[in-house]
Amino acid sequence: MNTSSLILASLALPIAGAIILYALGRFPTLRNSIPLITSCSLFALVSILTIEVMDGNVPEISLFNFAPGLPFAFKIEPLGALFALLSSFLWIVTTVYSIGYLSANHEKNRVRYHTFFCLSLTSSIGIAFAGNMLTLFFFYEVLTLCTYPLVTHSGTDAARRGGRRYLIVLLSTSIALLLLAILWTWVATGTLTFKNGGILSEHVSSSAIAILFVLYIFGIGKAALIPFHGWLPAAMVAPAPVSALLHAVAVVKAGVFTVVKVIIYIFGLDVLRDQASSDWLLYVAGATILIASLLALRQMDLKRRLAYSTVSQLSYIIIGATMANSYALMGSTLHIAMHGFAKITLFFCAGAIFTVTKKTRIDELDGIGKQMPFTMGAFAVGSFALIGLPPFAGAWSKYYLVLGTLQENSYPLLALLLVSSLLNAFYFLPIVVRAFFPLKDKNGTSANKISEAPILMLVAIMITTLGCFVLFAYPDFLFNLLYPLIEN
Amino acid sequence: MPAMEVITHVNYWAAIILASTGLYAVIARTNLIKKLIGLSLFQTSVFLLFITVGKVSNATAPILSDLHQVYSNPLPHVLILTAIVVSVSTLAVGLALTIVIKKEFGSVEEDELEALQDSQTKEAKLALESDRE
Amino acid sequence: MITNHLSILLVVLPLLAAPVCVLLKHHTIAWAFSTLISWSLFAISILLLIHVLEFGSISYHLGGWAPPFGIEYRLDTLNAFLLLIVTAITAIITPYALKSVAAEISAKRHNLFYAVYLLSITGFLGIISTGDVFNIYVFMEISSLASYVLISLGSSRDATVSAFRYLIIGTIGATFLLIGIGLLYMMTGTLNITDLSERILLSPDMRPIFAAFAFITVGIFIKLALFPLHIWLPNAYTYAPSIISAYLAAIATKVAAYLLLRFVFTLFGKDFAFNEIPLMEILLSLSLLAIIIGSSVAAFQNDLKRLFAYSSIGQIGYLCVGISFASVTGLTGAIVHMFNHAVMKGGIFLAIGYLVYSTGSSDLRTLNGIGRKMPYTTAALVIGGLGLIGIPGTSGFVSKWYLVQAALEADLWPVAIIILLGSLLALIYVGRVIEAAYFQPVPEEDLFQPNAQWQMIVPIWLLISASIYFGIHTDITIPIAENAAQLLVGLEP
Repeated sequence: MNTSSLILASLALPIAGAIILYALGRFPTLRNSIPLITSCSLFALVSILTIEVMDGNVPEISLFNFAPGLPFAFKIEPLGALFALLSSFLWIVTTVYSIGYLSANHEKNRVRYHTFFCLSLTSSIGIAFAGNMLTLFFFYEVLTLCTYPLVTHSGTDAARRGGRRYLIVLLSTSIALLLLAILWTWVATGTLTFKNGGILSEHVSSSAIAILFVLYIFGIGKAALIPFHGWLPAAMVAPAPVSALLHAVAVVKAGVFTVVKVIIYIFGLDVLRDQASSDWLLYVAGATILIASLLALRQMDLKRRLAYSTVSQLSYIIIGATMANSYALMGSTLHIAMHGFAKITLFFCAGAIFTVTKKTRIDELDGIGKQMPFTMGAFAVGSFALIGLPPFAGAWSKYYLVLGTLQENSYPLLALLLVSSLLNAFYFLPIVVRAFFPLKDKNGTSANKISEAPILMLVAIMITTLGCFVLFAYPDFLFNLLYPLIEN
Repeated sequence: MPAMEVITHVNYWAAIILASTGLYAVIARTNLIKKLIGLSLFQTSVFLLFITVGKVSNATAPILSDLHQVYSNPLPHVLILTAIVVSVSTLAVGLALTIVIKKEFGSVEEDELEALQDSQTKEAKLALESDRE
Repeated sequence: MITNHLSILLVVLPLLAAPVCVLLKHHTIAWAFSTLISWSLFAISILLLIHVLEFGSISYHLGGWAPPFGIEYRLDTLNAFLLLIVTAITAIITPYALKSVAAEISAKRHNLFYAVYLLSITGFLGIISTGDVFNIYVFMEISSLASYVLISLGSSRDATVSAFRYLIIGTIGATFLLIGIGLLYMMTGTLNITDLSERILLSPDMRPIFAAFAFITVGIFIKLALFPLHIWLPNAYTYAPSIISAYLAAIATKVAAYLLLRFVFTLFGKDFAFNEIPLMEILLSLSLLAIIIGSSVAAFQNDLKRLFAYSSIGQIGYLCVGISFASVTGLTGAIVHMFNHAVMKGGIFLAIGYLVYSTGSSDLRTLNGIGRKMPYTTAALVIGGLGLIGIPGTSGFVSKWYLVQAALEADLWPVAIIILLGSLLALIYVGRVIEAAYFQPVPEEDLFQPNAQWQMIVPIWLLISASIYFGIHTDITIPIAENAAQLLVGLEP
């Protein structure tokens, strides 16, 4: 089976899963097993393709033309393979978690939920494998639309308002800014195909490159750069597994993935360095890191605090790509995976807490560690990983990012990284500490016996927590995958 | 001389005056029948314009004859015959609509119709709101 | 033998079928007959389009009289494509009529309804096919008169008033067109479009030509419902029977846009229209206003039909923006948008018609929660709405792509931004529909009566699926549109 058809298969598979699921979802066993089978098969396909990429091949396929000279095309390079691998693996885990969560919370419309989940994953894979900006934009928009029914799943008024903000921010930025940038690129250069070293430099003046860069970066609203970050906390009205996979992994990583891809393959790292058009992005991303962390401190709702933390962590990835030296780039791309595992763990824990205790606010979580030790233990691991402590996942990415700032001799950036790690500690550690060592014996935690989350959810949490360890202990796989990207 | 020009162009002047009168009637009058009359007047002015330009100086009627060499142009007449049919059909449809409007609303005055129309929709709105309460 | 006369058959067939329909008293037979006719018309127009694409323009001489003295029916890529659009929409909509019309008009008048319907088809097809300007006027009045009658058949009594107002404004527009044609005839002595295009610039006095241009374009703007001459459209679409709203929304304004293209580019010529007269500035400003105002007002409407009528006013703005660029890309965008919008709006109005059929109301407030009661139809409505926003994967995106590309190629940045802003305005009104349909609780007075009608469901999904299909596979619509655009601008395709 040649790689081109594997690419098509990996896109067709979740679509087929969605269709079969919608048709046969009335039967509970099928409703649960079809997503599992689909996600596992998808992961298998993506793994095969990733191995191809690591061998140095470039799987690609070009479909019919959208406009003369502009095909829908797919081309897998290391970054895309990483994103696809991350999404598809975590989809399996999230499906397990979802099944547990949906039944424990007696949620309705489970068929609709799983169907749109499949479609969202299709879009993520489409983004990961896109070979030109048109294909990427196509799946980028479809992702926004497919995740809307998931965000507004509960159908309440709050869900409607949250969904409205979600849709407005994401669609406005993508239509008004990103599409304009894409069409400008198309008119100026006659191509939208990703090429290492960029496609713009010969055709466009440097002032135009600067403006285009602004349009692209702010147009990619999914990267949650201030001031277009508001959709992410608003999307927390979604059920926990949706927040976990989509808003810790798929949607937000699609955003930063697109940013990095645009930086490397449309503009070209050298072009940006030479023309200094990207310096402002360092400031904006840096401000995002700080402001989002400070806002996170003020949030009393657990999921909203996690959301602002995500906003802040995403800008780490953007700063790394903007610094554009090999250490920073490695750190930033590693962080895509590291943050993914850590954040999904944290969101899983938030969902577990909600399922068992119906509590969503941080000030209600005193002493909950006694009731749910495994969950809070996992929460602790996820927090440490995000802060950047070894032996957990985030240590490697932080380390490389720090090396990157040193290579630039940029002490402000170094200080920024260290301060934000400290802020991470400030907004995560108190939760962990008070969970296990409550300040006073509040009546809410009179139950001292263990009453953990349902088994399926626990299994999922354990897997991702394990992942946080594994990523630290065995990072070579990731290094090997990403190295070709860096050395170019 | 300017006076000569007015005389030789009298057909254009007539057409303009008729057209303006007709349009004025359509816009300014609130009675539907008067609007239709204005419309007919407007269309008639155009017919006048077409037909009169068909006349060629020192020409005779467009019927072949050995005694004459110069004939007036018959084509505008043919065109206007068609246009008159169109105008009459328009008038017929307009009048039919007016009859139905009179039957349904009881009035053919625009301002009264507007009041009746809006109040109809307002009534529906009020009905909805009172249902909700 | 018959194939030689296909061009005229397209007009003669519905013309003769109309009185036959009057004689067919039974309503189902009248419907079946009309459906048969509309399908034959569709088949004929496919044959004609294939012929034109392979062999070039068709020139048919009526009665064997050679132009410029005889009337000529001239079909090039633009006409043939538009014929296809009109007949395709008619072919899909007419089967829908059986149930939809039955709900809104009393059974013993159905044969009259179908007769007038066929007459309006005659009118539209005649406008598109003919190469003689006076013929255009005649067919335009045929189609307009038929439209006035069809609109007045709506179930609300406001339908007659809306039809009357449309009659007044429409007749003024048509008479302006007649004045323009008269002025042209006076200066050149011919009524044939090709002949006129050669003789206009040789005219001894250019002032009447300018006056003619003004009258003709204003007359067309009235029919096109270009801002600010759009006032007749919202009421006409809202109160007409549902199927007529779909029919007019999909077809009537496209035919008027075709007339604009034909007069501006073929008859007057691009140089005259854009260099001697500031047509681009005029058209561009009016169409940008149409986009902004049309889409904004739509967001405030409570009645679904009125909401999408204002949306149509905005979409007509997009058409005219493409025309005003006068470049191949701009015209390609405009022509392909004619196709895309016809498909999308047709599908949307058919879906609304089905909602009206099932619940008796098209008001958003009574349709609260309809997404749960009629999920598939609401989904069709939403997909059509996504096309209006211009989400990739829908045909609306293809049109937007070309229009923005044309704006960028012409170095007109603000225009590109306004086109994209129009999409965001569309997001607001589509978002309103989505929220009302899916998030609001069903009102206590639940008017919904489930009654699945295949004749209504199939056309809706045919059009909506087409709007998705042609948003991804553009290899049919874009080359044809580009071919037509190149011919209009004067390049050899």
